[in-house]
Amino acid sequence: MPAAILARLVLLEARRSALPWLAAASIGAALVLAAFLSSVALTEGRELRLAVIAALLRACAVFLVAAHVSASVQREIDDKGLEQMLSLPVPRALHYLGRLAGFAACGALLAAAFAAPLALWSAPGPLLLWTASLALECSLVAATALFFSMGLAQVVGAISATLALYALGRSMTAIQAIAAGPLADESLAGRLAARIVDVLAFILPRLDAVTRTDWLLYGLPRGADYAWGLAGLLAYAILVSAAGLFDFYRRST
Amino acid sequence: MKQGERPLGSVPRWLWIALALGLAAQLAVHEAAPASHGTDRDLPPAPRSEVLRLASLGEPQALARLLMLYLQAFDSGGENAVPYHRLDYERLVDWLGSIVALDPRSQYPLFCAARIYAENADPARMRRMLDFIYREYLADPNRRWPWLAHAALLAKHELKDLPLARRYAAAIDRHTTAADVPLWAKQMEIFILEDMGELEAERIMIGGLIESGKITDAAEARVLKQRLDELEQRVHGR
Repeated sequence: MPAAILARLVLLEARRSALPWLAAASIGAALVLAAFLSSVALTEGRELRLAVIAALLRACAVFLVAAHVSASVQREIDDKGLEQMLSLPVPRALHYLGRLAGFAACGALLAAAFAAPLALWSAPGPLLLWTASLALECSLVAATALFFSMGLAQVVGAISATLALYALGRSMTAIQAIAAGPLADESLAGRLAARIVDVLAFILPRLDAVTRTDWLLYGLPRGADYAWGLAGLLAYAILVSAAGLFDFYRRST
Repeated sequence: MKQGERPLGSVPRWLWIALALGLAAQLAVHEAAPASHGTDRDLPPAPRSEVLRLASLGEPQALARLLMLYLQAFDSGGENAVPYHRLDYERLVDWLGSIVALDPRSQYPLFCAARIYAENADPARMRRMLDFIYREYLADPNRRWPWLAHAALLAKHELKDLPLARRYAAAIDRHTTAADVPLWAKQMEIFILEDMGELEAERIMIGGLIESGKITDAAEARVLKQRLDELEQRVHGR
């Protein structure tokens, strides 16, 4: 099956790149930093270590996936590999989705590797949910990075756009809280800005609701909250993938 | 030598010299730079919890704990000559409040408030911190009662302010409903009343406690009954 072959090729490329070394370095750096910080903590040393490692590795996973996808796509465009692929009798959808599946699998493997050190301090149940959520989050980042890489055809531009969208998705609830808070500007411009923030929040993924560190610290989330969070990720991944495919079908080469 | 690399001899001599000079300059600047002296800087104003939540990028638990380390390092770090007992406690309380709001389930801020910042020789600063602990306790009594219990002890033994200690002890008794709260915490008010010489009030409290049926341990009930009898004698013997 061509899509499976493409996905396998993507995984093979990731294995032969610097990605595994960067992942190992991220884990090592997070462990060392957390060990240092927890050694100076007066209380909650385990919680501090867990929170710092989880937050750092989550950010590393997202950055590595975004950078890897963008660089990989750009290299394929530069090497005319994309043109060569398109000349094959394979539908564009299979080509796009096969690559996306490979990148998503890459993200899932990264999530599993990053969850492994957390098993030293976290209960298995919450950690399992956290890992599944991070895997899906990385898949969404891979889909977003693929969309921007194909559209912008620039590594820096694609990484920046992906990370900007991701950061907005993670901070939108906090921005909304500030916009609606007691110190918010009550003038027409202020109210208009609050409305714009609300509209933006509506079209962004709720990334603050998933892969939450408090699951690791304080126990399992409510089932419904977890399911809605993951459903939101999945829905957004479908949207971004459809948009990417739409753009890909319109490409002349 | 890796494939595709030219030998070291192919690097021009001036580049070797430039590299050595660069390294020497870095070491010299580092060595000659004046050591950073302690500054009398006080805490900057605390950011609002909403701003901190935005800055945390969805990781409030991690940021809350890192901010506690920042506060902790602020008074004891090599950069700052102002130890914590001379810090601006209004700002300190604002910082602690913002951190509590960032991760309400973390015990770190209240641990530091009760065990470090409240144990200040300056009564005004101590009162300010005890008041903060009391306010935060009311927001989540079942999780934060240990810190108010410690605050009650500080009010009693350090401030010698028995009415304040009684107020805190009474709050623990009234607002804490968790089953795992030890009876000594719930009965603190009784002992403070005795210290205040309020024997009649203490007698009524113990009587009420026994009547309420909250005391399920037979030994504890016996001790309380004994105490009640002693009080009866003392009150009537006045």
